[in-house]
Amino acid sequence: MNTLMNEELQDFIQKYDLYGCVQCGRCTGGCPVTVRTNLNVRRFVYNSLDQSMLEDLAKLPEIWDCTACNTCAVRCPKGLKPVEVLMGLRNILVVDQGVVQPTVRDALESVFLEGNPWSKPRKTRSDWMEGLEVRIAEPGEKVENLIFVCCTVAYDPRVQILAKNLVKLLNKAGVDYGFVGDDEACCASEVHHLGEEDLFMEMVEGNTELLNEFNAERIVTISPHCFSTFKNQYPSLKPKVIHYTQLIAELLEAQKLSFDREFSGKIVFHDPCFLGKQNGVFDEPRAILKQIPGVEVVEFERKRERSLCCEGGGGKMWVETESKKERLAETRARDAGELGADILAVACPFCVLTLDDAIKAKGLEEQLRVAEILEIIGDLVE
Amino acid sequence: MNNKPKIGVYVCHCGVNIARTVDVEAVREFASRLPNVKVVRNYAYMCSDPGQLLIRDDVEKEGLNRIVVASCSPRMHENTFRKTLAAAGLNPYYLEMANIREQCSWVHEDREEATAKAKKLVYAAVAKARLLEPLYEKEVEVEPASLVIGGGIAGIQAALDIANAGFKVYLVEKTPSVGGRMSQLDKTFPTLDCSACILTPKMVDVANHPNIELLAYSQVEDISGYVGNFDVKVRKKARYVDVDKCTGCGICAEECRLKGRIPSEFDMGMGKRSAIYLPFPQAVPAKYTIDPERCLYLTRGKCGKSPKCADACTAGAINFEQQDEIVEFKVGTVIVATGFDTFDPTRKPEYGYADYDNVLTGLELERLVSASGPTGGNIVLGEGENAFVPKDIAFIKCVGSRDKSVGNEYCSRVCCMYTAKLAHLVEEKIPGANVRIYYMDVRAFGKGFEEFYDRVRREGIRYIRGNPSEIFKRGDKLVIKVEDTLAATPLEDEVDMVVLAVGLEPRKDAREIIDILRLSQSADRFYLEAHPKLAPVDTATDGVFLAGCAQGPKDIPDTVAQAKGAASSALVLLSSGKVKIQAQISFINENTCRGCGYCVEICPYGAIELVTISRMGNPVQVGRVNEALCKGCGACAAACFSGSAQQKSFMDRQILPQIAVLGVMR
Repeated sequence: MNTLMNEELQDFIQKYDLYGCVQCGRCTGGCPVTVRTNLNVRRFVYNSLDQSMLEDLAKLPEIWDCTACNTCAVRCPKGLKPVEVLMGLRNILVVDQGVVQPTVRDALESVFLEGNPWSKPRKTRSDWMEGLEVRIAEPGEKVENLIFVCCTVAYDPRVQILAKNLVKLLNKAGVDYGFVGDDEACCASEVHHLGEEDLFMEMVEGNTELLNEFNAERIVTISPHCFSTFKNQYPSLKPKVIHYTQLIAELLEAQKLSFDREFSGKIVFHDPCFLGKQNGVFDEPRAILKQIPGVEVVEFERKRERSLCCEGGGGKMWVETESKKERLAETRARDAGELGADILAVACPFCVLTLDDAIKAKGLEEQLRVAEILEIIGDLVE
Repeated sequence: MNNKPKIGVYVCHCGVNIARTVDVEAVREFASRLPNVKVVRNYAYMCSDPGQLLIRDDVEKEGLNRIVVASCSPRMHENTFRKTLAAAGLNPYYLEMANIREQCSWVHEDREEATAKAKKLVYAAVAKARLLEPLYEKEVEVEPASLVIGGGIAGIQAALDIANAGFKVYLVEKTPSVGGRMSQLDKTFPTLDCSACILTPKMVDVANHPNIELLAYSQVEDISGYVGNFDVKVRKKARYVDVDKCTGCGICAEECRLKGRIPSEFDMGMGKRSAIYLPFPQAVPAKYTIDPERCLYLTRGKCGKSPKCADACTAGAINFEQQDEIVEFKVGTVIVATGFDTFDPTRKPEYGYADYDNVLTGLELERLVSASGPTGGNIVLGEGENAFVPKDIAFIKCVGSRDKSVGNEYCSRVCCMYTAKLAHLVEEKIPGANVRIYYMDVRAFGKGFEEFYDRVRREGIRYIRGNPSEIFKRGDKLVIKVEDTLAATPLEDEVDMVVLAVGLEPRKDAREIIDILRLSQSADRFYLEAHPKLAPVDTATDGVFLAGCAQGPKDIPDTVAQAKGAASSALVLLSSGKVKIQAQISFINENTCRGCGYCVEICPYGAIELVTISRMGNPVQVGRVNEALCKGCGACAAACFSGSAQQKSFMDRQILPQIAVLGVMR
């Protein structure tokens, strides 16, 4: 059954510049999941040139192995985005053919109805604020830093601490800030990666309108996923977008913030793909960690541009990969263990969740813990 | 005969190039009704001999005195038809061209619309042709000397050719020795000639040639003037060594307190030198130089009790008081042969070049395999106890070439073959080595290249199709993350050494020469030639020519060929001794000029200056055009507030009627 219009097929080639590909293999060569799944993104780019194959390609299970780490796009010598070809195929499957896994369907439905993918009520989004002195931004009112929390941070009890600690730090540093508050809705990064392009566009429109209403100089996100999505996929968003690590590094540099307690241990920083590889923010998280009194910051072999993905993005929170081989997060945990690190530091809520599991799976809980930078430094100020 | 314009209009079919899209007969018919037009013809190829003869015959028989050719771009054939006019006894500047090919038939599909546009263009050309005035080309003398900038193989070859033809050459080289990149190579592809063996005789010839003045360790500071008459200013940097006294014995370098402590540029930082040094044993001139940024005495004013080099030099050649010297001379032509830089692989951090010592560039391996290199030609990595001979060796091609992510879309043209050559040398030097080459395409296009590629593969070097994406370390091994695209298999290949076949880039200081000579850059940032096919060694600046990699990546044979081409182009000017200069230049009406100086500011060629004249007994400032410098770009005419600056053949009173008729037709 052909559910696609010929025009759509033609667009597919144009949209992803498929004729521009020289089949050099840098995309698949760099793809982190190839060590544990059958995904070969170069072949998807190649095979997509045959339009009659698109619908069959969309049915191949490995298109769901992609974590959207973007390594393929960053490395492509011709400026193509192979990852987006996979997202396009997911879109064909989900939207055009209506084939959706139940977990994915629930997440998408929840975004549509409640503005978050976690099937939580919209009205409880700000519940984490209870008992805290949080400034909420008012539309039209001038605010230097408009804080965007992220659905995962807002609802997941494991990472709510990130938002709480950020409030503490902002108050302490006397920063001009305001949270978006109850109206905040999912940045839709994961909607895009789950293949629901129509819903994604709808969310982009709604969020752009909402966020532009605030008279903000810049938007500060907690999650690198929101950061990257706003920065790269919201063409009409007016304020500049930064990640909180950039703000904190700035405050430390300007001596508006300093650490009152020390941490004498070894910390290794794991670069989140959406922060480092995709947006070049490598130095700020390290600058923050290095200012902790008593700390020893060590580095992974695979660091910065060569960092290894934790497999948390690209909709992987809702789609399991059928592979018995070691998860990349486990590889990462193992490497951190071998470095003798006490803390595996990250700057992303998804990384926290995947690496937490990995440490348990590897039985490393005794020696090593995962901590988001906000968790670490929140404890170091009075 | 100039009183009343009698215009001939010639509409060219250009085979079918124009005629397919433009109804040439309709254009002819239209033109015949235009005022002052006496003759109109259309013809298959106006540029052909019979086509030109049509014009000559009509001039003779019909008494035509203005000619309009409706054909291709004036860039293509304006000169052709000017000569036709001259042969017919008319002033060549009584020609006006209507470009109905590039600006019409080639860019439109609708025949009716294209024909209508062609008519407009012809109408406009006729309108202007009526108002054309005769112009006369002037001739200037050519200074019988040439400046060659850059002492690599390109500059050496160009200098030798010009000098052998009997003209004086000033060869300016920035570093202490001529030789350039070629002197760093061990062998050359595909013949495996020893690079030094074929290069050093030419270097010596340069030094000994009576017509060549070698200015090594020198930089061009300024060039002014115009074709045939360039005034050159060169800074001869202080070597702190009296070259007339230095015998090149090398005792100074032996004695230097920093001996073996300073990375040698020639050995890509892998070998070490002293603060006083000869870049490499065959350096020309064979004179020592003190590195002013490293020398203890020059940087701190103190080197132990006394500088050991000076103490050791029996010739008394060391002179810490030496100053830079400015040398000025005049030349007729300039050849730019400033070469290239290799791509800096730290710009592709995924390859770990900054992190791992056993990730090398091609040029670094070149020094390792060279007998004159830091290891005496042995491929050894690491130092002291950690020294080892790599067994598993991988080459990665296209590093910094064909790669939009680093802004280099072009192919560097030499990496495929230098990789094959280096792989061959590695295989030869390390018995039992496992050498593989990761590639995305193999470009073996030159003479003997494909044969060499065949040979290297049969020697057991594996070519694996896939462009690696990442390198990291696992234990002692480097891991290359790559896909074997032919097998559609992602690999993690573990090796001891990775060689990055880095591409060629324009010199980092390429801008300096651009500013001095007003050159342009092509999209790839290399210097732009005047025409990619028909004027590949010329530049937009008359009398300035390009040779070698300054113009774009190329191998040694191509570089030498281009250098010879540049030399020959320079010699055309030098040997004729005279050069015609532009006739369609600007002039300034000194009666109306207000002397604001805006044109002086705006002129890209520095051709206008303010002079004081007397107007009704009062001294006033006015702009004046140096006719030899003016290139006829028209910037001054466009900018002038009072209409005093005008460009000949493009005067307001000529082009405004030309534009006006376009309005009439709409």
